[in-house]
Formats: sequence, C-alpha cells, structure tokens
Amino acid sequence: MAPAAIVFYVLASVCVVSSVMVVTRRNPVHAALFLVLAFFAVAGIYVVLSAEFLAAVQVLVYAGGIMVLFLFVIMLVPLDLRAGLPPARHVAGSLLLAAVLAAVLVSIFWDAPSPAFMGSVGALTEGGGNIEAVGMELYRRYLLPFEIASVLLLVAMVGAVVLARPRI
Amino acid sequence: MVPTSHLLVFSLALFIVGLAGVLTRRNAIIVLMGIELMMNSANINFIAFSRQLGDLAGQVFSVFTIVVAAGEVAVGLAIIIALYRNKDTINIDEINIMKG
Repeated sequence: MAPAAIVFYVLASVCVVSSVMVVTRRNPVHAALFLVLAFFAVAGIYVVLSAEFLAAVQVLVYAGGIMVLFLFVIMLVPLDLRAGLPPARHVAGSLLLAAVLAAVLVSIFWDAPSPAFMGSVGALTEGGGNIEAVGMELYRRYLLPFEIASVLLLVAMVGAVVLARPRI
Repeated sequence: MVPTSHLLVFSLALFIVGLAGVLTRRNAIIVLMGIELMMNSANINFIAFSRQLGDLAGQVFSVFTIVVAAGEVAVGLAIIIALYRNKDTINIDEINIMKG
C-alpha cells in the first residue's frame, strides 16, 4: 500500500471517530474540541487528494474562524447538561433512519464498478502548484460567483450583527 | 492512490454521523456542529470527484461551500444567542413557538 493511502486511512478513521465523539459528548466544550480534531483530519485528507489550497482554507476558516465562533457562543450561553438527554424513543428512531440511509447508499456504492481515472492529478497542479491553478480558475472562469460570495459574506455579517443585538 | 469509492464511503460515514447528531441531540449548538460535519462530507465528495475527473471546478465549488458554511455558522450562532435572550434556553425541544 502506498504511503499516501496509509495516511488517508489513518486520517479517515481519526475523523470518523472524532466526529462520533462530537455528537455523543454531553459537554459542548468537549464536542467543540473533537470537532477541531475532525476538521484537522479533513484538512490532512485534502492534502492527500492534492488539494493543498483547500487544506489551507479548511484550517484557516473551519479550525480557526468557525471554531472560535462556536467556543464564544458556548462561553456566552450557560452550560445546560440536561439538554443533552433526548427521549430514548427519539434516539432509536433517528439512528434507524440514519442506518437505513447508510444501508441504501452503501449498497449503491458497493455494486458500482470502480470507475477508471478520466483525468490526471497533474491537471490539478498545472503550472506552479495547486494554489496558482485554483487561483487562476477562481479569478478567470468563476470571477462573478467569487464576487457574489463576497456579497453573501457581507450579508451574513450584517445579519449576524442585527440578530445578536440586545433588543430583538 | 486511494480509490474514489473509498472516499465516497468515508464521506458517507461522516454524513451519517452528522445526520444522527442533528436528529438526536437537543442542544442547538451541537445540532449546528452536526450540520458542519455534513457540509464537510459534501466538500470531500466535491474534491474526490475533482481528482477523479482531473477538473479544478470541484475545488472551486468547495471554496464556495466553505464560504456559505462560514456565513451559515455566523447567522446560526447569532440566532442561538437571540433565542437564549428571549427564551432562556437553547434546548430545541422547548423552543416550539411556531407549532401552529
């Protein structure tokens, strides 16, 4: 097995285990810290998949920005540990639903013939590495969506400020 | 080289865990964390197919997904703070003012 594949399988198991911990820990602070671990593992998987730019963005935006937001809100809202205990009937129904979805999708993936590679990984890193390639694509072909995304971020910022005001 | 189907099964596992968290937990903050896990699994699918097809469009769309996730978390957490101010709880079982 190639070293990259071993790294992928290790990171994937770390990610799945820590995301299970996220949804099962009763204390939200522990859940947030396991979420950081899951995000870092996903960033490592992006590196294995030769998407270095996205790995950097994942660490900066998810493990940096979003986690700080989560921890701030956990700090502002008092810990109510009883809020972690749903009725058992509800848990059984939800887990059954998730298991049915997993079974259906696994059965589809299992029977599907493993498709051949249509392109080459070299196309993702053409001319000066992945970051330059993604930048070229982002500022040439996807310039308008890029600008619209910045407007979306502005709207989200204004919306968050308005929603979190004292009197609403 | 990791086969694309293994990547799909991994992202499926992440999505199912996030879905189970959203459906079972009562703490609104942890529900948002489950949604983040599901968005990450969608991103992994984008990147897996970007590698499979040798096309950068998947990576560009992942950037947009991350932008949307950042906005969603900011607004969602502001809603949680507003809810706590008005209802003194973030237990989503006790927040049912829109129950008709």
